[in-house]
Amino acid sequence: MRKVWIGLLVAILFAGNVSLARAVTLTAPQYVFNKATVREGTLLFMDHCSACHSIHSLRYERLETDLGMPKAQIIKSIMLSSNANFLEGMRPTMTQADAKAWFGIAAPDLSHIVRAEGQRWVYTYLTSFYWDPKRPSGWNNRVVPAVAMPDVLAPWEGIYSKNGQVLHRGRLTPAAYHRKVADIVAFLRYTSDPSYFKRHNLGPYVLGSLIILSLLAYLLKRNYWRDVHK
Amino acid sequence: MSKFSDWFNKRFPAREFIRASMTQYYAPKNFNILYYAGSLLLLMIVLQLLSGFLLMAHYVATSQDAFNSVQGIMYDTKWGWLIRYMHVDGVSLIFILLYAHMLRGILYGSFREPRELLWIIGYLIYIMMMGEAFLGYVLPFGNLSYWAGQVITSILHAIPFIGPQLTMLARGGPGIGTATLQRFLALHVVLWFLIIAALIVMHLVALHQVGSNNPDGIEIKEHKRPDGIPLDGIPFHPYYTVKDFFGVGVWLTIFAAIILYAPTMHGIFLEKNTFFRANPMVSLPDVTPPWYLAPYYAMLRAIPNKYWGIGLMGLAIVLPFSLPWLDRNPVRSSRYRPWYRTMIIIMGITFLVLVWVGEQPPLPKYFLIERLGAAIYIGFYVLLPIVSSIEPTRAVPERVTR
Ligand code: HEM
Repeated sequence: MRKVWIGLLVAILFAGNVSLARAVTLTAPQYVFNKATVREGTLLFMDHCSACHSIHSLRYERLETDLGMPKAQIIKSIMLSSNANFLEGMRPTMTQADAKAWFGIAAPDLSHIVRAEGQRWVYTYLTSFYWDPKRPSGWNNRVVPAVAMPDVLAPWEGIYSKNGQVLHRGRLTPAAYHRKVADIVAFLRYTSDPSYFKRHNLGPYVLGSLIILSLLAYLLKRNYWRDVHK
Repeated sequence: MSKFSDWFNKRFPAREFIRASMTQYYAPKNFNILYYAGSLLLLMIVLQLLSGFLLMAHYVATSQDAFNSVQGIMYDTKWGWLIRYMHVDGVSLIFILLYAHMLRGILYGSFREPRELLWIIGYLIYIMMMGEAFLGYVLPFGNLSYWAGQVITSILHAIPFIGPQLTMLARGGPGIGTATLQRFLALHVVLWFLIIAALIVMHLVALHQVGSNNPDGIEIKEHKRPDGIPLDGIPFHPYYTVKDFFGVGVWLTIFAAIILYAPTMHGIFLEKNTFFRANPMVSLPDVTPPWYLAPYYAMLRAIPNKYWGIGLMGLAIVLPFSLPWLDRNPVRSSRYRPWYRTMIIIMGITFLVLVWVGEQPPLPKYFLIERLGAAIYIGFYVLLPIVSSIEPTRAVPERVTR
């Protein structure tokens, strides 16, 4: 029997180690995933991204119930769209028609982007823009070649050429800029699975009770089985 | 007994049933950890029914709204995330249990005479569960749902003569759309599920007719006390009810830990492409099935010709039915058959490698692995009758070991 288990274990380890090589190596964002980080990311997202992108699945009220943001703040600095409603999903400030006219396509909804692409992908995408005079917008991206989105964070990041040369210095140091992007990714991670904080709060209680139940069940079983193992 | 219970039992054989199938039903006393899987499967099926029922209260089966209704469950329904994660993660856990349950049957020769029918009914349940999983998979109408529906229904196309009509019937039209979702929903929650439930009942009836096998693969009924009770048997209740209750506790702990801390299991239990809305214009470069179906998909791809590939896959799926007749050795359990045990280990590893390779994109570099895997898988069944009739065996004990 033991040999079977060892064999299967080896097979799993072997299978896990062979991974696919990708065109661009994706790096993981560095942040502490808690409500404060996500609140920070929410404000950054509102400032830089919500002009074009919606978070259709998440209602504004969740920022109050999940993250503890004051309702007044949500109304003042988050519900920027003229037809935003506290009880409805988060809207972009720009209309779809304007977006189409300016960028060729409407910006996609970002509710599930982290679940769909992974946070490494989103983070690397946001830090991989470079200046490309051949593109109509002037921007290109290593993760999404011929990207339609402009580098909205360029004033903070600075402008880079394709081979990584600084063409224009940004307002933030690279380290500070990467923290900022990481916070935005943290916000998008929250929107793609807002049950996160609730699940993690419940975790210790649920698992604790189940472990106690299992222990009691084990003692009961051992008691009953005493005469079988004589 | 109270008056009421006498009154009741005169009209309904509850007491008799409990005696015959619990308190005076004798099971071998040497079950090991793999024997928990059966009762846990029963538990999981009930939990799927419960979570599925709650999901259905919010799900909308139209191509327009299916995706949104599922996201509505995740974001807006009270405890909706719990219901959906239970249902989604439950599927993967059921398949883990099914594979453990079947591995157990193969390791200890539980499919052998007189349990052939028990094995066949069980394997029918497994095949039905694959179908049930596929039907459910299409319902949330993410992009993977759409393309999986497209690919799997097109397999029907390969059936001679009636293929195109069958595909049309399965889809409810030329393409995957609202009609497909509605008939898949009806199948998933009514017909298919009822057949599975009925098969589970038959499985248990057959089990109680022949009695459980055990890790030693010997018959406990051959050594009885004068009053007819097997010497190595213990009453199912209370011994195995308390033991299985402990198993339930541990299993629910694992289940809860997954739901609370890793509900997508890094994209294995809930895949990335299910978070995009269905889009007929954006075909996925690598539509791969969920992990529990991946081995068959890998074998499908092992042959570049569509018809032969489907043929190989079909063969791989039906071969386990023949196990009771392929194994010729008088000894059941692999504990006393080193060669057979080695074959099972190789087969187990091959199956896991096929799971892995079936999840990879269709690249030529995986071809060799897919073919080798398919060859070993089929080879197991080809070699079994030969090996089992010539292999040396170890001394089998008279009575069960601990
Ligand atoms: C939802 C699906 C299933 C349920 C609920 C189920 C349930 C059970 C239960 C409660 C037992 C007795 C406890 C145990 O031995 O673990 C059992 C035994 C058995 N099952 Fe299943 N089963 C299922 C699927 C299968 C499948 C897919 C197979 C094989 C292909 C199978 C083959 C067997 C065999 C051979 C036994 C007797 C094992 C022995 O005595 O050593 N079952 N099943």
